[in-house]
Order: sequence, then structure tokens, then C-alpha cells
Amino acid sequence: MNKLLPLLIGAIGVLLLATLMLVILPAWQMRTAEPPQRLQPYTEQQLLGRQQYVANGCIYCHSQQPRSTGQTLFDGAQGWGRASTPGDYFYDAPHLLGTMRTGPDLLNIGARMKSRDWHLTHLYQPRAIFDWSLMPSYPYMFEVKDEAAPDDVVVRLPAQFQPSGGRVVVAREEALDLVDYLLSLDRTYPASEGELQKRDRGYDHRPETTETPSNAG
Amino acid sequence: MTPILGILLATSFVASLVALGILIWAVANNLIFAGKAEASTIFMEGEIGHPDDSASFGGENEAQSHRFDVLRAGIDRAGKGPVMVLVTAGILWLLIGSVFGVIASLKLHWPDWLADIAPITFGRARTLHLNIVAYGWLSVTGIGVALWVLPRIFHTPLRRPNMAYLGAFLWTLGVLGGTLAIASGWSDGIEWLEFPWQIDILLAAGGFFLAWPAIETAARRKSRHIYVSGWYFLAGMVWFPFLFLVANIPGLHMGAQQATVNWWFAHNVLGLWLTPIGVGAAYYVIPKIIGKPVFSYSVSLLGFWGLALFYSQVGIHHLMGGPIPTWAVTLSVVHSIMMFVPVIAVAINQHVTVANNMWAFKQSMALRFVWIGALMYTLSSFQGSLEALRSMNSITHFTHYTVGHAHLGAYAFVSLVLFGTVYYMMPHILGRRWPYPKLIQTHFWLVVVGFAIYFVSLTTAGILQGTALMDPGSSFAEITKTMVPYLEGRSIGGTLMTLGHFVFAAHFALLLLQKEGRSKAVDTFAPAEAS
Repeated sequence: MNKLLPLLIGAIGVLLLATLMLVILPAWQMRTAEPPQRLQPYTEQQLLGRQQYVANGCIYCHSQQPRSTGQTLFDGAQGWGRASTPGDYFYDAPHLLGTMRTGPDLLNIGARMKSRDWHLTHLYQPRAIFDWSLMPSYPYMFEVKDEAAPDDVVVRLPAQFQPSGGRVVVAREEALDLVDYLLSLDRTYPASEGELQKRDRGYDHRPETTETPSNAG
Repeated sequence: MTPILGILLATSFVASLVALGILIWAVANNLIFAGKAEASTIFMEGEIGHPDDSASFGGENEAQSHRFDVLRAGIDRAGKGPVMVLVTAGILWLLIGSVFGVIASLKLHWPDWLADIAPITFGRARTLHLNIVAYGWLSVTGIGVALWVLPRIFHTPLRRPNMAYLGAFLWTLGVLGGTLAIASGWSDGIEWLEFPWQIDILLAAGGFFLAWPAIETAARRKSRHIYVSGWYFLAGMVWFPFLFLVANIPGLHMGAQQATVNWWFAHNVLGLWLTPIGVGAAYYVIPKIIGKPVFSYSVSLLGFWGLALFYSQVGIHHLMGGPIPTWAVTLSVVHSIMMFVPVIAVAINQHVTVANNMWAFKQSMALRFVWIGALMYTLSSFQGSLEALRSMNSITHFTHYTVGHAHLGAYAFVSLVLFGTVYYMMPHILGRRWPYPKLIQTHFWLVVVGFAIYFVSLTTAGILQGTALMDPGSSFAEITKTMVPYLEGRSIGGTLMTLGHFVFAAHFALLLLQKEGRSKAVDTFAPAEAS
């Protein structure tokens, strides 16, 4: 190795090969995906909520990619939904697939937990619902007031988590947006066979079911 | 469609094997010279056989190196300013990044602690930790080391040091801007790419101005041969900008497809940027301290090109079982396993060299850091290859096991090598000794014990968590409760590591503050100062 130029050209050449294999070819195959018929684009408020999800780093504890039944029955048993396909993420930018499950998968949280009140209480103080939860509380998305204004959304809390002196906790815009986004997360519609072909089936010894497991939602 | 992709998949694999076969054939037939003479370009005449570590050795060894450093001190002088700026900035980022790491770790088991301060909510503190240690500490210090080693192996002073100053300034400004952005909730939201792309322009410009002096120095080198550290550093300096630019183009990638770009980038930051920094530094420092060329230099070619060919294609193993085509996942699994080839090649060179000279390992604190770091490269790579097997990945995916593995690579390997390299290079650059050698030992034991606690905690936690996450009968509440003691263990380990970093930084500050006159100058530099 005595020449500089061949070294640098060789190095870039190898990386170009990797880019072809890992970026360009998958993109060529996956970008042809049509959005599934029953998948709605995000509304403006849901997109604002999605920004809150990004800004507060929800992704570092919550994945959004249920596994196939061929790999594990756990995800289905938890009601996390069927294995996801590229089309399920058609409107997602940035993608929020995630790599950790310190908390549960959230791709179908909107189908599983439909109550806005539940989500607001849980964001304000997760331990008001699950005493074992390790999720951070997000007091800065809420406001403690002496009295709620007519259009305020008051957070429902058990007595020991209520602020003192009869004051009330109301949700700020951030919390309402975030909950609106979470409620929109619902990919429980069936996936087409063509879509299922585009996901990792390396674990599946039998044909993947196209139906949502009955206990989802 | 499927057959076409199958053929492409096979082509990629066969092409990599053929390329390596040609390389081995060329080396075997002496078409490429990579023997003892080439391995010895890091030494000047008469230097072989004389150990050199001003951080630890005294007495006769010092007298031995006395004659040779006149020339090399002259080479060091041109780049001294930028290198010192980069290393100082890197160490400051290490402290800040470690503090965010400890905060994030504590928050995982004290979820209501400081919960009302938005900038350090878990999701931001964790992200600040990752970006600051990756782009602040590891990258900045790594570039500093590269700008010090390259002129030495090329036997010529660093070209355009002023450009390097500008690059260091822009890069640091970029990391600072990215830090403030994430803390305030402005993030691109993609792992390893959270710095907003607008701020990334500063990093790109900074990187350009840092790589230019390195490449110009290489082009004007006085040595015929480019030593192996040079391959790694120079290749890293063209790989990283390419990765960074493609991954950051706004609006180009989206949906599940963006995830493939994400992990193509994120794993290559480790494989084609941080790994070359660590391996390149170890390839220089280990033989220099021992005073003998590396054990089997021609094998290092295999290590380098094997790394380039295989490591560059492993990223999609992060998306196993996800909404990504099967063939892309399988491709990355195959290349992950092939990583055994280059890793064993590097191991043969570095470990046999040290194992043959254990006396140096016992005496030199710098070598102790660097070699343990190099051993951890072997371990973390083996672990990574095994983790990429589907059976293993089913359990470790989505768990703390992966976090432990990431720290075995980025911390126990790259950071330890950088610690040792900084200990080795500072006396050469400044011409004076580390004032309190005992502090080097304190640093060593704090980070080694801290890391052991950290790694064992997370690995155990990850296996328990991963097995439970595969068992449809287990409950999420039980899994979460099981994790707590291990997360606490991680906080204890992380705190010890951070304490070690403060000892390191304090010692570094004391070294800088020492007045030339009052300190005992390293004798080797006396002639250089006189000239």
C-alpha cells in the first residue's frame, strides 16, 4: 500500500457497493409501496404531536414494529398487532421504528388505548396508573392552575397525585397534540400479500397470517 | 424480482470474497510489499529495539530515545496547535457527554427525578449523551490523534495547520449547536442523526477543513510506504463525509426505507469511522511503545480491506424481523459473520505483538489502555457477529444487551485506545511528563471496574429481558420490575467511569498548566528545544 489515490478510490468504491446494496436497492424495492387503503395521512395536529414524540425521545424506549408470529407469539399476546410492512409507514418522516423495548411497542397504541384521558393521566404521571412503571413523567407538558378555564382539559388523577389546595392539572397544547398522535396510531387493518412479501420473513416457517390477531385492540 | 435480488445478493458476497482472494494472492506473490521493512516505517534509524513511553518509563530507556526525537519533534511542531485544540475540546466533550450519560442512566430507575426540566428528560439526556460522545469526544479526539500520527508516519510536518484550526472550530461549533438543539427539543429524530441537518452543515464544513490537511500531508509524504494506521485514518476521512452527506440529505428518505439509510449510516459510523480511529491509533501506539514492528504486517492488509468490504454492509442487522425486505437483512447477517475475517487479522497483528512483549504491558500505562482497548475490539466484534445470528438476535434485539454491546465497542474499545494514545502522545507534544503518574492508574482502575459493572449489568439485564420478551406468558410489568436492580448497577458502573474521566481531565489540565520551567522536561526533548 504505497499509493494514496488507489487507497482512497478503493475505499470509496467499497462504500459505493455497500450503498448500492443497503440503500439504493432496498429503496428501489420499497419505494414502490402504495399506502394501504385504510391508512390515513396524519392531520396537522397529529403531525405536531409526532414532533413532540421526536422532541422528547419516545423512540428510545418504544419501538413501532410488531414482530411476526413466526418469530415470537409475545407481540401478539400483548395485543401489539400484526407484523408491520413497509406500506404501514408510508406517511412517516422521520421513521420511528425504534430499537428498544424498555416500554411496549406503540404502532397500534391508538387501537389498544382509545381514551384521551388515560393518555393524559399516563403522560402526567405514569405511576398514577402503573405503580411499577419506569416511564418518565412529563410535568412540563402540563400546567397546575387554581381553577380550570372553560376550554381547559383537566387531567384526571387519583387523590395522592392531585396538587394540593384544590388546584387542578390541565394539559398544555404539547400534551394534547402528543395524545392526538398516539390515538392515531392504528395499523390493525389487514396487510396485503404483496406488502407482506416486502418485510423480513426470515423467521417465518409458515405463511404469515394476514389477519390482525383477534386480541389486538 | 426475487431471483434478481438473490443473484445480486450472491454477487455482493462473491465479489467481496474474490476481492479478498486477489488481495491474498497479490501479497503471497510479492506484488504488494507489506513486510518487516514496511512495518518499520514508524521507526527511525536505530529506534527498533528501544521501548518508548514517556508516560511510564524512566531511566535508561529515556536515554536511549534521546538521540532520535530531534527530527520527530520538528515534525510534531507544525501540527501541535491544532492537535492540542482538538484533544482539549475532545476531553471537554467527554466530561459533558458522560454527565448526560449518568443523568440518563439514573432517570431509567428514578423516573420522577428532575422530571420537570424538559432539556434533560430521559429521551433528550440519552440522545445528548450519544451525540456528544460520538461526535464530540470520539470524533474530535480521534481526528486530533490522526493529525498527530499521520505526519509522523509520513516523516513530514502537517500541512495547512491553519485550515485544521478552522475545521476544529467549525466542528466544535456544530457539536455545540447540535447539543443546544436536542436539549431544546429540535431534533431530526433519527438515531445517530439527531443533530438537525441545518447544523450538520457546520460539521460537514469542519470535517472538510480537517480532512484536507491530512490528505495534503499524505500527498507530500517523505516515506514511500503508507503505514497501516494511515490507511485507516485516510479511508475514515473519506468514508465519514460520504456517509454523513448521503444520510443527511433532507427530504430524500422516508418511511421504512429511511430505516435502511438510518442503519446503513449508524453502523458505518462505528465500522468505518470510529473503528478506523481506534484500530489506526492502536496500530501506531502498540509497536511504538514496545519498540518492535507489528507481528505479521501483510495480514494487516487483509484486516483493512476485509473491514471495508464486510463491515460496510452489516447495518441492516439492526432491522431484523422488521418491515424490511428479507434479502437485505440476510445480506447484512452474512457480512456480519464474515467480520470474523478482518477482526482475526487485526487480532493476530496487535495481540501477538503485545503477547510477545508482556514486560511492556506491565510497565506502560499507555500500552495497558491501548491493548485492553484492542482486545475489546476483538471481543465486541465477535459478540457483534454472534448477535447478528437470527437465533441470537431474536433475544437481544430491543433490549439492554445491545446497549451493553455498543459500549463494549465505542467505550471499552475506542475510548480506551484514545485514553492510552493521549497518555502516550502528550509528553511527546508538550515535552514534559504527566505530573502525577498515580492518577493514570486511578483513571485506569475507575474506568475498568466501572465498565465491568456496567457491562455485566446490562448484558444480564438484556438476556433476562430478551427471553421474557419472547415468552407469550410473561407480563410487561414483571419484565420492568426485573430490570430495576440491573439498571441501578449500570448507574453505579457509569458513575465510576465518569469519575475516571474527571480524574483524566484534571490530570490533563494540570499537565497543561505546568510551567515549562518548573516541570521536569522530558529529556528526550532537550535537543529539540535547543535546535
